[in-house]
Amino acid sequence: MNADVIIIGAGVVGAALAYGMALKGKRVVVLDGADRDPRAARANFGLVWVQGKGSDAPAYSALTRQSSDLWPVFRNELSTVAADRVDYERPGGLVYCLSETEYANRAAINERTHNQGAQADTEMIERGALERMLPAVGLGPDVVGASYCKLDGHVNPLQLLAALHRAIMLLGGKIEFRSPVKGIVPVSHGFRVIVPHGELQAPRVVVAAGLATPALTEPLGLAMPMKSERGQILVTERIAPILPFPGSGLRQSADGTVMIGATNEKIADTSVTAASATKLAQRATRIIPALGSARLVRQWAGLRVLPLDKTPIYAESADYPGLFAAACHSGVTLAAVHAAVIAPAMAGGHLPEDLAAFSNGRFNVQKCA
Amino acid sequence: MIVRVNGVEIGAWNGETVASVLLRAPGAGRGSTVSRTPRLPYCQMGVCFECLVTVDGNASMQGCLVPVAPGMRIESQHGPREISK
Repeated sequence: MNADVIIIGAGVVGAALAYGMALKGKRVVVLDGADRDPRAARANFGLVWVQGKGSDAPAYSALTRQSSDLWPVFRNELSTVAADRVDYERPGGLVYCLSETEYANRAAINERTHNQGAQADTEMIERGALERMLPAVGLGPDVVGASYCKLDGHVNPLQLLAALHRAIMLLGGKIEFRSPVKGIVPVSHGFRVIVPHGELQAPRVVVAAGLATPALTEPLGLAMPMKSERGQILVTERIAPILPFPGSGLRQSADGTVMIGATNEKIADTSVTAASATKLAQRATRIIPALGSARLVRQWAGLRVLPLDKTPIYAESADYPGLFAAACHSGVTLAAVHAAVIAPAMAGGHLPEDLAAFSNGRFNVQKCA
Repeated sequence: MIVRVNGVEIGAWNGETVASVLLRAPGAGRGSTVSRTPRLPYCQMGVCFECLVTVDGNASMQGCLVPVAPGMRIESQHGPREISK
């Protein structure tokens, strides 16, 4: 055996799981994909976000809150283990509303989330109060107000990924880059994992390969129903601090850049378009007109990993004990709970009953006439 | 031609970039936008952003991409640009 656990996928989901297992003393080998794979972990916006998440799925909403609460400790421990900087803040977050309709819709989403029993930690903020929260900027005339959730935060997602990789290696784990997996073969007491230059064996395998996951798990009868969605993001030059709160679609990083995002497109490639750049820039300048004078330095696109019902999937094979898979849209937000809760459960061999809401069995309901 | 760097007149050639002038003008370094440590123009091809400078009142210009012009006012920029309200 080459390891206690082989994790297929070194993105933010696979890396957080491997880190959580390595913290518990497990020997892990993490297999990263090819250079040109989609790599959502290197394209995302960096929110650690609670509001609106799982507004139709109470278990997802609760898991998100749990992870959000675990994040400060997760970040401090990771930063210490990796001896690396991970810019993270949790000042609460804003969703800007640019019309009375947007304001009413947002209030309705919050209402629905609260009715599921979640705490009332999200509130609607009228324009006057919002102006007092953002003294360094002038709001555009269309801004009606915002929704504010005190639990929201943001992180530099590239620092997060780099720190996870460093921590895994410092804890004795291995990461094999450019090792796209060809297949998983069950053997007695474990699995053989076929990579381009050979094979590895371990008693447990976790597939966290983003959009490549179904192709690896479905031959073994483990369904992981998901789809992709393209998101484009713009980033400005570094400017003096103007945004003390991260927002959905607008946040200023610790280094001063302002990130503007993101589109939701049913397109399966990572090219960028001028039309989306225009749309994103227009909305950002409707919120803060002065951003019109900031220079854009980059535009990029990534592919979201979306389980069909948008709720995370943590799956365990019934046919092949020891085979697991994980897929979710919010790998950054959920990183803390992945490391602290999901990773030890998978390494131990069984997912606990209280994660049943996230099993892939939920997709097997027969369609009613 | 003559340009001014931090108020001091200095000679420059036609077709030369602002970054090139900054490399020989005494005391024309800048502070990093993040750490405020001293920096000078580096890549000369628009990639590294180490030559950010205020040109004729416009902050955060990439000096390596801006050709000099007679009478140009070039000023060192310390820290990130302030966006007006």
